[in-house]
Amino acid sequence: MEKLINDFSFGLFFWQVILFIVLLLLLRKYAWNPILDAINEREEGIKNALDEADNARQEMAELKSSNEKILKEARAEREVMLKEARSMKDTMITEAKDEAKSQADKIIVQAKAAIETEKQAAITDLKNQVAELSVEIAEKVIKDELSNKNAQIKLIDKMLDDATLN
Amino acid sequence: MQQFLRQFNLFTMQHKFFVTIMTVTLFLFNFNSFAQHNEHENESGEKSLKEKIKEDIQHHLLDSHDFTFYTDSETGKSTGFSLPIILWDNGLQFFSSSKFHHGETVAENNGNYYKLYHNKIYKTDINGSIELDSHDHPTNAKPLDFSITKSVVMIIVTGVLMLLLFGGLAKSFRKGPIATGVGRFFEPIIIYIRDDIAKPNIGDPQYKKYMPYLLTIFFFVWFLNLFGLTPLGVNVTGNIAVTFALALLTFVITQVSGNKNYWKHIFWMPGVPWPMKIILAPIELLGVLIKPFALMIRLYANIMAGHVVLMSIIGLMFIFQNWIGSSLSFFLAFALSLLELLVAALQAYIFTMLSALYFGFAVEEHDHEEAH
Repeated sequence: MEKLINDFSFGLFFWQVILFIVLLLLLRKYAWNPILDAINEREEGIKNALDEADNARQEMAELKSSNEKILKEARAEREVMLKEARSMKDTMITEAKDEAKSQADKIIVQAKAAIETEKQAAITDLKNQVAELSVEIAEKVIKDELSNKNAQIKLIDKMLDDATLN
Repeated sequence: MQQFLRQFNLFTMQHKFFVTIMTVTLFLFNFNSFAQHNEHENESGEKSLKEKIKEDIQHHLLDSHDFTFYTDSETGKSTGFSLPIILWDNGLQFFSSSKFHHGETVAENNGNYYKLYHNKIYKTDINGSIELDSHDHPTNAKPLDFSITKSVVMIIVTGVLMLLLFGGLAKSFRKGPIATGVGRFFEPIIIYIRDDIAKPNIGDPQYKKYMPYLLTIFFFVWFLNLFGLTPLGVNVTGNIAVTFALALLTFVITQVSGNKNYWKHIFWMPGVPWPMKIILAPIELLGVLIKPFALMIRLYANIMAGHVVLMSIIGLMFIFQNWIGSSLSFFLAFALSLLELLVAALQAYIFTMLSALYFGFAVEEHDHEEAH
């Protein structure tokens, strides 16, 4: 300890304090403050650039997702439209079919009715003709038969039988 | 708590280093005693070599009034340059150190006579007689010595070097955000000091005020430590006056920036019963003084011990003067030089780190007094 105090040089201490303070002030003004400011500024710049890049990436992602959404929507719309068209075609076909069927049915019914009427008309006609023919035949027969008395009675009986049967 | 742990770690680190130094020194002393044993049988020539080495080491550790690069011991001629002597002795005395002729002659200035004795200037009569007391201390008057010594020259050289390096770095930043030139190498260190020393120890908004001091002290101590390892052989940071000045600056800045909380923790420790407060106050007050004192001694002792051990091992090369011993000493000196390079940076780091820690204590805001 005594050696330490003995070695202590006041002059050196004095110069060290003065020179160090001068050095500190000079360096603070001309070196440390500009350097620290520059480093800070650079760090801020880097941070901002990174933030910006991040934002841009996010925007890109958003854009991409919105694009995809639009595409998806379009696709879905097309699907819906196709489906609609298909169902419309189906309904049209069925409708046409039904229409045709009902038309056909109608025609058939009409035809049947016409046939029936024709048939009735024909039957009536035939009946009339048969009746006329019968009358004619009857006239002829009767003309022949009425010359014979027996044959007249026989005929009348027979006709009566027939009439009761009817 | 974390900060205490970190300090503890630093101390253990220190401790390990001291153990290494002690081991090496013990080893060295063993060799020395061995050598001494041999010497008694030898002639006086061998003995004078050993004494010369011892003198050289002593001389190297001390500051000097002239800048000597090397001395030829046979012719007694030394190469170097003289430095100005500035004394305060009834007015300013200003003359060149060449007047002393390396302490051999009496220097005369304005009718006053001065003589160098153990690197210190004493006022004498015309014959240069130095009167010694019973403890071998000179009783002559000692004028106040403000000379530009070897150490002061090295401080100025380091200062100019720092101004050039960091001024250049600042200038290169003016051109763009990427530094160019030599200063570029120091940029990561500056960022390291900001992010790993100042910010965690002092706290975020307050640290800015202390950055210039922390940066200056780190590079100043580091560069001077490194200069000490060059063959220039200057031992500036291993000088107690220099480390005292640095520790004093840290001490003054700490006390000046101490806030209400800091003083409260010293004089009236919160969170303990009042009798403890009274006991703690002197202890804390003592701690305030011990902290910078430890800072001063740590740097001084580490650098001085490094120089002593390194020079002793280099000296051993000449004492052994044989193939095995000298080459062994050479490799030991080489390994130790590498260790000293590490110590140079480490001591600068520790000084900066602890300064930051003390500033941190001074500006800390305690809203959570029960938490620690």
